[in-house]
Amino acid sequence: MPAKTKKSGVKLKLDTLTPQDYDKLSKPFVPARPVFKNCIRAFIAGGIICVIGQGVQEAFMAIFDMSSKEAASPTVAVMILLSVILTSFGVYDKMAQWAGAGTAVPVTGFANSMCSAALEHRAEGLVLGVGGNMFKLAGSVIVFGAVAAFIIGIVYLILGVDGGAHT
Amino acid sequence: MMIYLWAFLIGGAICVIGQLMFDVLKLTPAHTMSTLVVAGAIADAFGIYDPLVKFAGAGATIPITSFGNSLVHGALTELERDGWIGVVTGIFDITSAGISSAIVFSFLAALVVRPKG
Repeated sequence: MPAKTKKSGVKLKLDTLTPQDYDKLSKPFVPARPVFKNCIRAFIAGGIICVIGQGVQEAFMAIFDMSSKEAASPTVAVMILLSVILTSFGVYDKMAQWAGAGTAVPVTGFANSMCSAALEHRAEGLVLGVGGNMFKLAGSVIVFGAVAAFIIGIVYLILGVDGGAHT
Repeated sequence: MMIYLWAFLIGGAICVIGQLMFDVLKLTPAHTMSTLVVAGAIADAFGIYDPLVKFAGAGATIPITSFGNSLVHGALTELERDGWIGVVTGIFDITSAGISSAIVFSFLAALVVRPKG
């Protein structure tokens, strides 16, 4: 839409404003991010989520007599279930506003991104909406993780590095 | 009980790294998560993620970095057991629990929950 700035005599060339110019113009008006406060919040929230995870893991180890390695997968599944429930009630997103990366970085944030995409696109149908959009955000994590793992696997294969430490 | 303290400290520290990537490097959440996953994968390639898991428990297994760690773990374990094809077949071996439950629970949630606004 062509802005009629010339008429009012404003010499800001809105039509030719590049994103860089915009950044330069708006910079004095953008509030500085409270980096320190955000980091403290992320630390506390992330730490608490990991402590809950540790509690779930210890519970699996005690009740089902599992080793810590065996208990890791069910623990992740339980954390994801909790995250999906909290996301469904709209609680997780409220927490995320306070905690920032503290709720995004744990695996619960991964589940949250999938669940909220599924809920958001529910109206577009199960196949195109839920199925098609679930991995909108989580997809990049899986793609880059899988490609990185593949490359590392190939490097190990070529170099013949003994992966004995990995069993 | 010490493991809970370390889980809190290490888990929190990894989240702070993520927060710094948001705020200081101005990365999008998707870029941040992808970078952390690749970082976890590389850490496992050098064999430094496992000691961290032993040390910090859930503080290392709950953050998304452990996803990268598990992908590499699966690939390398099956590489050893089945040869070259293991690199492809093993990648999602360990992470299956996480990905599958996230898909299934999210789908069920979408069936049951009425979206709010």
